[in-house]
Amino acid sequence: MKRKDIIMLLIVVALAVVPLVIVKTPAEGDIFLGADDKASALIGTISPGYQPWFEPIWTPPSGEIASLLFAVQAGLGCGFLGYYVGLSVGRKRTVRSADA
Amino acid sequence: MHIMEGFLPVEQAVGWTVVSAPFVGYGLVRLRRVIREWPEQRMLLGAATAFTFVLSALKLPSVTGSCSHPTGTGLGAVLFGPWVMAPLGMVVLLFQALLLAHGGLTTLGANTFSMAVVGPFVAYGVYRLVRGLRGSNAVAVFAAAMLGDMATYVTTSVQLAITFPDANGGFVASFVKFAGVFAVTQVPLAISGGLLTAVVFNALLRFDPAVLADLGFRRAKEVVS
Repeated sequence: MKRKDIIMLLIVVALAVVPLVIVKTPAEGDIFLGADDKASALIGTISPGYQPWFEPIWTPPSGEIASLLFAVQAGLGCGFLGYYVGLSVGRKRTVRSADA
Repeated sequence: MHIMEGFLPVEQAVGWTVVSAPFVGYGLVRLRRVIREWPEQRMLLGAATAFTFVLSALKLPSVTGSCSHPTGTGLGAVLFGPWVMAPLGMVVLLFQALLLAHGGLTTLGANTFSMAVVGPFVAYGVYRLVRGLRGSNAVAVFAAAMLGDMATYVTTSVQLAITFPDANGGFVASFVKFAGVFAVTQVPLAISGGLLTAVVFNALLRFDPAVLADLGFRRAKEVVS
């Protein structure tokens, strides 16, 4: 991995950590809720009468289950991505040693 | 973050579905062509989809005090062109709508349009533009992924502002409010998404030069090892 890539990854980490440090929890209400929660609250103030006409067919029964499914989603994605990059690295090495 | 289930009236839900459908349809045609004619690119297509899955699951905190996630559609758009991302992005949205109550089935058309159509097309255009201006691959990929991501959330704000115009200021005032929630939150996350896309693109270019060369990407001379 090149130094440039490592710097880019460190910036990603910093962008995630900085808000955790500098944003203070408001006196009332929660912090770091999903932006879609904020959007539904906003819709509530713009059109107080609006009722969603369709409910999700299935909702994760708790926040824990939701984070389980998000972890599965990220895990499957990373697994395939890592498999593909690993395969490419191995293939390149094999080609190189065959050339030598 | 996408438009929540049931939050678009029926006629708009149908309208956005009609708008998105041709993109998904033609995207499927392009997808089949890639799979049929370039079997060695199939795995890379899978990797680009996997990347979208990963970034869509990464709910990151933002300086606005709320959380959202990048979209990750820029990588596939740069590699394969924007069309294939319409069906692939829709698959990710469908997964989240069915299993995570995130987004929704009635809003799938609208969310597909913002995340899987507008985002990839903007990303592809930005990539071409930066390359045309002789920017490096890494810079072009970063800018493409970041601005594609921003375009997705600006589109979401437009869609919500059309549905819920402000009682006093109408569409514009409402758009400013929604953009404050979605687009402003998204700025640092889009930067993160752009950086991660550039890192993955660099890795593909380094380790998988043959397939990327087939797609028209070559490494700059100075980084050939």
